[in-house]
Amino acid sequence: MLAYLWLFMIIVSFFCSILTGNVEALAMSITEGADKAIKLLLSMAGVMCLWTGIMKIGDKSGLTDAAARLLSPVLARLMPEQRHNSKAMRSVAANVTANILGLGNAATPLGIKAMREMAASGDERTLPDRSMILFVVINTASLQLIPTTAAALRQAAGSTQPYSILPCVWISSAAALAAGISAAKLFGAWRKNG
Amino acid sequence: MDKIGLYAVPVVISVIAAWGALKGTDIFEAFKEGARDGITSLVSIAPSVIGLVIGVNMLTASGFFDMLCGWLSPVTQSLGVPPEVLPMALMRPVSGSGSFALLNSVFEKCGADSEAGRIASVMAGSTETTFYAIAVYFGAAGIKKTSYAIPAAVLADMTGMLMAVITVKLM
Repeated sequence: MLAYLWLFMIIVSFFCSILTGNVEALAMSITEGADKAIKLLLSMAGVMCLWTGIMKIGDKSGLTDAAARLLSPVLARLMPEQRHNSKAMRSVAANVTANILGLGNAATPLGIKAMREMAASGDERTLPDRSMILFVVINTASLQLIPTTAAALRQAAGSTQPYSILPCVWISSAAALAAGISAAKLFGAWRKNG
Repeated sequence: MDKIGLYAVPVVISVIAAWGALKGTDIFEAFKEGARDGITSLVSIAPSVIGLVIGVNMLTASGFFDMLCGWLSPVTQSLGVPPEVLPMALMRPVSGSGSFALLNSVFEKCGADSEAGRIASVMAGSTETTFYAIAVYFGAAGIKKTSYAIPAAVLADMTGMLMAVITVKLM
């Protein structure tokens, strides 16, 4: 997938630069891009580590478990097909809280574990049950307390208020989540089997 | 509204540090461990970020984005969206590193605090790499049919993108 995308970028740039007469600028931009990428990563590194460090404190001192306990009743209501599968529901709650706290490294393995446990609960299945779909949709809506990467990149780009976007991000994420859950519930009701 | 963003950072840090200390956690050890995770994940995304920043930089230098924005602006103008944010919005569900590189190109062109810069930031912060997540999660569970997961997730993304434009314009 990314291979095609990358090829597209390279080839299109080349043809475009011939059309617009920017071949010289294009030639410069290649090595300049490599240079820029590392500078960007370095200038973001401090802020990224700040947040992964802070959230780790929360994780280690039981904040994630407490938040997961708080969320489980809500999640059980949303996923009636899996509500008695306590092992899967625990992974689901842990994944959602890890996402909220921005513990990306922890969230993905927990999500994979949750999906496997949900898949194992039913019969041999090729079609995911409604709870599994809802779980993935919740994951794609990106609920996150601090949008770390965007904030770090804003700071690296010289923003005077890198965190001023927070309220807008919270509202937009919540709206996306609500839309995703509603859509999943609606499409799920339309689907006939399982 | 800007105040909330301003207060959120010290409030979150203070609350978490105080909670951790109350619970008897060695908060500095935990911080170090987490910061190390941050370095690890930066190192793991670095190769794809380098590749895609080069690609986006080439597209910018070739004049492709100016051309694209020229074509798109009649459509986006009627929606009140700056055309510069569209490439980022389209890349966002597909590739994290790609949308990262495009977000940076919006910052370079318009400034991080410009309207386009803020809209793009909110879009990036409030949506996910949807197609990647769907592939990873269903793949891990050994399920080939995604049923209605993609339409539902795409609808969620579109809502997030639309709300990003609305909230930035209103606040």
